[in-house]
Amino acid sequence: MKEQLESIQTEALEKIASAAELRELQDIKVAYLGKKGSLTTVLRGMGKLSKEERPVVGEIANQVREAITEALNQKTGKLEQEAMDKQLESEAIDVTLPGRPVNVGGPHLLTSILQEIEDLFIGMGFEVREGPEVETDYFNFEALNLPKNHPARDMQDTFYLTNELLLRTHTSPVQARTMQEYGGNRAVKMICPGKVYRRDTDDATHSHQFTQVEGLYVDKDVRMSDLKGVLDKFAKKMFGEDREIRLRPSFFPFTEPSVEMDISCKVCGGDGCSVCKQSGWIEILGGGMVHPKVLEMAGYDPKVYSGFAFGMGPERIAMLKYGISDIRQFYTNDIRFLKQFHHA
Amino acid sequence: MLVSLNWLKNYVDIGDLTPEELAEKITKTGIEVDGIEYIAEKSSDVVVGYVTSCEKHPNADKLNLCQVDTGEETLQIICGAPNVAKGQKVAVAKPGAVLPGNVKIKRVKLRGVESNGMICSLQELGFAEKFVPKDIADGIYVLPEDAIVGGNVAPLLNLDDAILELDLTPNRADALSMIGVAYEIAAILDVPILLPDEEIEQTEETAADEYVEVEVEDTELNPYYGAFIVKDLEVKPSPLWMSNYLMAAGIRPINNIVDITNYVLLEYGQPLHAFDYDKLQSGKIAVRQAREGEKLVTLDEVERNLSNGQLVITDGENPVALAGVMGGASTEVSADTKAVLLEAAYFDPASVRKTVKATGLRSESSTRFEKGVDPDRVRRAGMRACQLLQTYAGGKVLAGAVEVDKLDRSEKIVEMDSDEINKRLGTSISTNEMVYILNKLRFFFEQNGTVFTVQVPTRRQDITIFEDMLEEVARVYGYDNLPYTLPEGESHAGALTETQALKRNVTSYMQGAGLLETITYSLTDEEAIGSFITPEIAAEEPKPVSLAMPMSEDHKYLRLSMLPGLIRSLGYNQARNQPDIAYFELGKIFVSHEDVLESQPDERLRLTGALTGKWLENPWQQEKKEVDFYVVKGILEGLFEHLDIPVEFEQAKLDQMHPGRCAVIKVNNRTAGFIGQIHPLLAKGEDLGETYVFDVNMEEVIAAYDPEPSYQQIPKYPSITRDIAFILDEDIAAGDVQRVIEETGAPLVKRVRIFDVYQGEHVPDGKKSIAYSLMYQHPDKTLTDDEVEASYQKVVDTVNAQFSAYVRS
Repeated sequence: MKEQLESIQTEALEKIASAAELRELQDIKVAYLGKKGSLTTVLRGMGKLSKEERPVVGEIANQVREAITEALNQKTGKLEQEAMDKQLESEAIDVTLPGRPVNVGGPHLLTSILQEIEDLFIGMGFEVREGPEVETDYFNFEALNLPKNHPARDMQDTFYLTNELLLRTHTSPVQARTMQEYGGNRAVKMICPGKVYRRDTDDATHSHQFTQVEGLYVDKDVRMSDLKGVLDKFAKKMFGEDREIRLRPSFFPFTEPSVEMDISCKVCGGDGCSVCKQSGWIEILGGGMVHPKVLEMAGYDPKVYSGFAFGMGPERIAMLKYGISDIRQFYTNDIRFLKQFHHA
Repeated sequence: MLVSLNWLKNYVDIGDLTPEELAEKITKTGIEVDGIEYIAEKSSDVVVGYVTSCEKHPNADKLNLCQVDTGEETLQIICGAPNVAKGQKVAVAKPGAVLPGNVKIKRVKLRGVESNGMICSLQELGFAEKFVPKDIADGIYVLPEDAIVGGNVAPLLNLDDAILELDLTPNRADALSMIGVAYEIAAILDVPILLPDEEIEQTEETAADEYVEVEVEDTELNPYYGAFIVKDLEVKPSPLWMSNYLMAAGIRPINNIVDITNYVLLEYGQPLHAFDYDKLQSGKIAVRQAREGEKLVTLDEVERNLSNGQLVITDGENPVALAGVMGGASTEVSADTKAVLLEAAYFDPASVRKTVKATGLRSESSTRFEKGVDPDRVRRAGMRACQLLQTYAGGKVLAGAVEVDKLDRSEKIVEMDSDEINKRLGTSISTNEMVYILNKLRFFFEQNGTVFTVQVPTRRQDITIFEDMLEEVARVYGYDNLPYTLPEGESHAGALTETQALKRNVTSYMQGAGLLETITYSLTDEEAIGSFITPEIAAEEPKPVSLAMPMSEDHKYLRLSMLPGLIRSLGYNQARNQPDIAYFELGKIFVSHEDVLESQPDERLRLTGALTGKWLENPWQQEKKEVDFYVVKGILEGLFEHLDIPVEFEQAKLDQMHPGRCAVIKVNNRTAGFIGQIHPLLAKGEDLGETYVFDVNMEEVIAAYDPEPSYQQIPKYPSITRDIAFILDEDIAAGDVQRVIEETGAPLVKRVRIFDVYQGEHVPDGKKSIAYSLMYQHPDKTLTDDEVEASYQKVVDTVNAQFSAYVRS
């Protein structure tokens, strides 16, 4: 009986080894380990054995069963693995074919620039204020030291709706509104971004509608050197740490002293080129120390309070940053333009 | 203001600074130099030649064959100018010379005869046509007889000059004169200034008041009028140096008399006017307001209709000049003029501005009067002109000017404390340095410790308050020398407001949803002002708001909807073969209810969008999706879900929209905009296919928005899903049924979804099948089948009852 068992094992293991398909293994399992399988049949004859022989043969029989089962499992695993490999191989795809497109939207370039400017000044403790686009003559001009007959107030530049109402020509009225709201006894530190309008014929460098960001800081003991320091921080963040700034005297009715700020030309590094008209400098913004009359009209005592203000044009900043030569591009909404600034 | 450096050097020494270096210093101190122009850079080979003979060219009628002595050699030159003649001294470009415009002079043969150079006109030497005296516009320039043959022409014709173009801010009227600029440069360079003297050698004993009487109606408008009489004049060309300076400053030389008034205008910044005395028959000057209906032909030969409010100079009867703006043709100086009445006056800036506005006429004179001339220089300028008329026009100046004089020539006093200046600038400038700065500016002052009492010279009308002095000190000290500091006041954390943050949030959602942001114009045209007005705005019956004086019909009204602009932008792209577009814009519309506008219109924030063409295109996988109603609705539903604001859509019929594909948006039961397909006929107008738009009232969104999300515990117990398909009448809205399911199923039904809509086989005509998937969940326990079944049955019964529906088996 022992020999019989050993030959069953040998025979089964050979068959398992030579099996090439899972179905064959199933057959082998049935043929040897099934109810009518040869091993089962042999074991059924165990009853005829003596008490002494029975455990010995039983143990051999178990060993045979384990050996066959183990071999079957191993071979099954191997064949399954092969089948899986084959299957996956057949599922290979061309990864160079294009993916299912996603519609990529994006912000308008001016929105990106505005957000960048806002975030820079928020980081320096400024709040963001907004105001109406249809303004009163008072807030747009008078409160900014531009009385009715002032020469700098050229009718030609302003879209009037009535004698007293107009489309704001700058975001500066928000300065006056905020100061009045704050009542003359607390610091004001704000920027105001927004749309402004001028009576200009649209061409490559003029647009009857454009955007502006105005900044105002009023407190006790604000110095002109603070203006220089803040604008320097802004310019370096906006245009690059290697940019230098330069302030030049200028004139605005609402500031005294007034300045214009240039940054060193990115293209030539200050040596002079066509972009900076050979000067090495590019004009970026205007500003100055808030005129005492403006403070006074808004309820701030110019003997106690002083401040600085500045204003800049995001279109101009964008044009310089990206080399855009026609301001109308910002308002034509050609998708070939808009799509270039997805990630701006 | 154009500043000739050669002219300027008569008043200040600029040392060996190049024009560029000087320009840089001026710009940094306060006056922007916009450009530097060189009259002629390369004309070193242009010399003075003497025409020894001039004959007709043997083979050409219009050419002359000249022999020209150039010192070293005599050159044969063919010249086509009609005014060339023997005995003239002329500018000769020798072979090898390069003239402006890169014109190279070579030896050539013209009609068989050799020509070795060129006799030059002013234009050929680089002068702009408009500055060249009219009588020689077509000819060569004849040099003065004392020019040295063979000598360089450049200094003679001021070709070696550099001209600075100053971009003056309105406050710096003082720099509208050579003397004013000289003061500025003397302050910058810390050098002395040499002023002309106005001394007149009085040879004539007759007094001017025997010739003229002056009357001024209103000395507020004309506080000073000085009439000088110069007789026995000889009208001829000005001396070469004067013509050169005028041309460099951009003024065409005319004759010595006119040129002298212009020269003094530029030198002193004081406009003068010369009347031909003999044409001024009355011997009287009366300054008054013009009368309604009066006429005056000005020097430019235009007849002007005058009206009250314009100040005029009259001869006692009729206007002879528009005060401060332009003289009249009837008293114009001509070649026959023998005597002039020279006017030096101060006219009120506002009055001159009024005349300029009314007539649209602007001149070198009005520009200066409008900004205010230096009161101290008015009379002196008159005297300077008389002196020059005496020297260069052979005139005799009658004794004494006839004057009306109420002019305030006092100097303003401004106090400045150097401590206050340092506090405001953030500097530590010593009082000694302040003294130095004031001296450079040539401001007189008294010092008492840190307090300076400054006497502001009358030339600086712009300085009236402490802050003006602050600027003077700062700019002369140098803005470059100010330190960089940061504000030291109490600091607050800057932040966006809730609304500003929400706007960014919405913008960023829209981008993520695949839409491109646009910015369109707020001003629009008549057609757009009545288009696509959202129902909740239309209900307010807004009145269009228009500009008082529009520049064009295109930009006349403030928009009441952003959609017309967006749709036109779609059309613009469509015309450029870009048919697939998804746009959004966040902006304002302007709503007024006033028939006659008196108050500011309401500015209402809207979120709008316009989409057309393909939404998805994936050709190789045969996937393609045109933009349709549900694409756009999905974007909005996503937005409201993102903001956690409940929203509903109700079928609606709106003007200009597709009658069956349009819905109003409801937030908190209030109409908050609309969505839909624009009417195909309108789309066709822009050459567009199916086009969908939305317009959302952001004010409702802002009101409904809570920036703090309310957190719900994640359920611990499993959910159970049940599906139901109802057969119902085809005109029943799926959303209405869904609402009933949600209401009836609450609180166990957590979510209802439509997963199939079907009409056709197995569904009776006029009916449709809609399949809903219901998700049940309880926060505290696992639901039993019985509980779900009970709820399910209630939903089925309610829907059956309310919509005459039945469950499809």
